[in-house]
Amino acid sequence: MNRESRTGRVAAMAIMFLLAIYFLLPIYFLIVAATKPQGDLATTFGLAFSHFAFFDNLKTLFGGSTNGIFLRWALNSAIYSIAGAAVGTLISALCGYALAKFRFRGREALFSVILGGVLVPTTALALPLFLLFSAVGLVNTYWAVFLPSIVSPFGVYLARIFAASAVPDELLESARLDGAGEFKAFFSVAFRLMTPSLVTVFLFQFVGIWNNFFLPMVMLQKESLFPITLGLYEWNGQTARVPMLQESVITGSLVSIVPLIIVFILLQRFWRTGLASGALK
Amino acid sequence: MTALSASVGGKRSTGGRRRSGGPRPATIVAFLLPFFAPFVLFYLVPIAYALGQSFLVVRRTPGQFGHAYTTFGWFTQYAEALKNTEFWGSIGRIALFGVVQVPVMLVLALLMALLLDSPLLKLKAFFRIAAFMPYAVPGVIAAIMWSFLYSPQLSPVIDVLNAIGVPANFLGPGAILWSVANVSTWLWTGYNMLIMFSALQSIPQEIYEAAKLDGAGNWRIAVSIKVPIIAPSVIMTTVFSIIGTLQLYAEPAVLSQISSNISSTFTPNMLSYAIASGNNYQQAAAVSVLIAVVTFVLSFGFMRLTSRRSEES
Repeated sequence: MNRESRTGRVAAMAIMFLLAIYFLLPIYFLIVAATKPQGDLATTFGLAFSHFAFFDNLKTLFGGSTNGIFLRWALNSAIYSIAGAAVGTLISALCGYALAKFRFRGREALFSVILGGVLVPTTALALPLFLLFSAVGLVNTYWAVFLPSIVSPFGVYLARIFAASAVPDELLESARLDGAGEFKAFFSVAFRLMTPSLVTVFLFQFVGIWNNFFLPMVMLQKESLFPITLGLYEWNGQTARVPMLQESVITGSLVSIVPLIIVFILLQRFWRTGLASGALK
Repeated sequence: MTALSASVGGKRSTGGRRRSGGPRPATIVAFLLPFFAPFVLFYLVPIAYALGQSFLVVRRTPGQFGHAYTTFGWFTQYAEALKNTEFWGSIGRIALFGVVQVPVMLVLALLMALLLDSPLLKLKAFFRIAAFMPYAVPGVIAAIMWSFLYSPQLSPVIDVLNAIGVPANFLGPGAILWSVANVSTWLWTGYNMLIMFSALQSIPQEIYEAAKLDGAGNWRIAVSIKVPIIAPSVIMTTVFSIIGTLQLYAEPAVLSQISSNISSTFTPNMLSYAIASGNNYQQAAAVSVLIAVVTFVLSFGFMRLTSRRSEES
């Protein structure tokens, strides 16, 4: 018994260490590469530091020949993600709450339609959306990316589960007896109780929008509207002609994932709640 | 979840009588509309529009100066899509990809989840974060990162392999599909692991007591107790993975920037985009609809299959 658990322990640690190396290696490589001058990329070993040029790389990335376009992309990504996730979370919360707490005809039918929406490949929506948006002149505007991003069927699904479990009917009832309208009851009672889980909804949607690539690629031609993902993709496609861009692609990739990784580590418990309730369906 | 509403049914369907203090219909609508209006506009309308487009064809009036006009063409676009060898090529590629990558990724995720849930492991928080970190990386950026590790000029991995006498070409015609698969595996294993791990954590510990008294080891407990209990989560991650596989676009698109072995029609989605770029929207719509139908059939089929299996046992 003891023997078995010791070999088991060693094997378990060995497997997990190998996998951890696999998951961290590309990120480590990116960090190392972002500190190197362009000339060292191909000539030095990729996993070892050489001349430290990280701050020069940052200067090239944010200023210089590219007219600060990278900063613009970063801001765009932040705008799309923060505004999209904030509005998206609010409307998901309202809808999920109504589906959990109000009784009305067709409630389950509506919910099934939303659940069906979870299964719809979002890339299948992008092309018809492009045609519809070009008919109304929305293509190549912030709205083209922002508007479709606020809809998150998965968010409604989570919000309904959270509202059902976190908001006791008695509290709502007493708020109503105090003369509060439904919206007052929602914002003063339910919203507060749901807040921790709504953070989860917000985070999922934030990451979804931040990572989105296909929709902006289909919708946008104007470089100044690009999110980071699309901008770096374009740069990466030009490195064959403009080799100097390679270092900016590397530094830019690092800069774009650092905020998300920090948010992830700080807000870990919110991910766990979200994934747990997703898993318990 | 459906149990919630089982009692509601049609009982209160007539007369509009409400429980005292219950919300008025207008109020309910006001709660639902902020989500449903954009949901209809940006989800349902595009689906309907794509469906409509997929039944149209562009014809030309006869003669040298004939002009193009759009007309109803029944299943012409679908027939054309199904005759297209590139369509079947992309479907075959993605099928091979899915049959290998999805099981590999999910087995890896399950193994990690079970290890994290077992008493065997130390440094659990570190391992959990390390595995989940790739989820913070956008697909495009992940593919760019890996493309450096695949590139013959830059890759330290190739340097190491060459040094020990193993020739490596991650971008060759035989390897490229698996290089794409590796990016997906890297991106999503931790996410799937966390879903399964969360399910494992919600199992009450008492369940294991009896098994332990019977002398069952960690491995035995994992295989015969834990895995069956978290089967719903495994099924859900499988469905999500199937959907993700059929949508594959960003990762191969990035790798196509450094490898000539990824054509513009490598995956069904790339094919659909390539056709649309050639202004043949009706054909692109038909391909998109076909992808969506395959997605629905596979995910529902898989759910049906597994739920029947679990009822039988």
